[in-house]
Amino acid sequence: MEQRDPTTILRGLLGPAGPEVGCDTCFEELDRFVELELAGKDADAAIPGLRAHLAGCPACREEHESLLALASEQP
Amino acid sequence: MSTVTLRDVKPLEAPASAEQPLVDEESRAWLRDLRPDAPARDDAIERLHALLLRGARFEVARRRATLPHLRGDELADLAMEAADDALMSVLRRLDDFQGRSRFSTWAYKFALLEAAVKLRKRAWQGREIPLEPETWNLFASARLAPDDQVEVSAVLDAVREGIADELTPHQRRVLIALAIDGVPIDVLAERLGSTRGALYKTLHDARRKLRAHLDERGLTLEHLLEES
Repeated sequence: MEQRDPTTILRGLLGPAGPEVGCDTCFEELDRFVELELAGKDADAAIPGLRAHLAGCPACREEHESLLALASEQP
Repeated sequence: MSTVTLRDVKPLEAPASAEQPLVDEESRAWLRDLRPDAPARDDAIERLHALLLRGARFEVARRRATLPHLRGDELADLAMEAADDALMSVLRRLDDFQGRSRFSTWAYKFALLEAAVKLRKRAWQGREIPLEPETWNLFASARLAPDDQVEVSAVLDAVREGIADELTPHQRRVLIALAIDGVPIDVLAERLGSTRGALYKTLHDARRKLRAHLDERGLTLEHLLEES
């Protein structure tokens, strides 16, 4: 098995400390969140709990990274 | 420690003045042209599919290293399938679009989701998922640095105890598969006949129990878990 840092394992086991939205809300809000980020606005204040969810959910985190990259290429 | 559930956190409705006006011109054009009775609907659907295919290909290109055994034409097929499925989702949910982002950004997320889920499932196709919690070993994959050994070991011991004593069998199975074995949540959902949202709720509840278990033992964590 690939060796992993124990703190990485603990992060995965314990998740984010604060309140977070679930995957369904994350998907519903992801496009707005990304555009607020790209506009330099306070996405975390507008959609509380989404950033924490991205820290705790690798799948949603990957999709956020992709949407951010893809949307940033738009004119 | 306060008890927090996923349902406690609702996105705030931002004041209208804090964001762009609802539905920009380009998004309005998409909505107009995609209406069932729109004269240019076929053309709009073709353009929408092209946009979604671009999104799906973008995701495939980002993640192709996870699928080194797939040929280029297989990846191209996968992107096309993702675009096809995303097109159906977008058309089905057009009424849900509220103009709080550009239409293209809203549509892209469906293409990225479809492509990402298909890629994760393809990467795990034929791979067995260990679903027997009794066989897990938290230390099997842990590389402990001498300086951290005592403190981290104490937390890991308490976590292992919490997993064994505090979690339901289902929570244990889901937590171990997702957080220790690295099974993608969509793959686990498919194998268990569940959904990403339901499994994440289970994971969230298990994590809360573990954090409460550590709190009761006076083990503080955040300095250990900070991203370097």
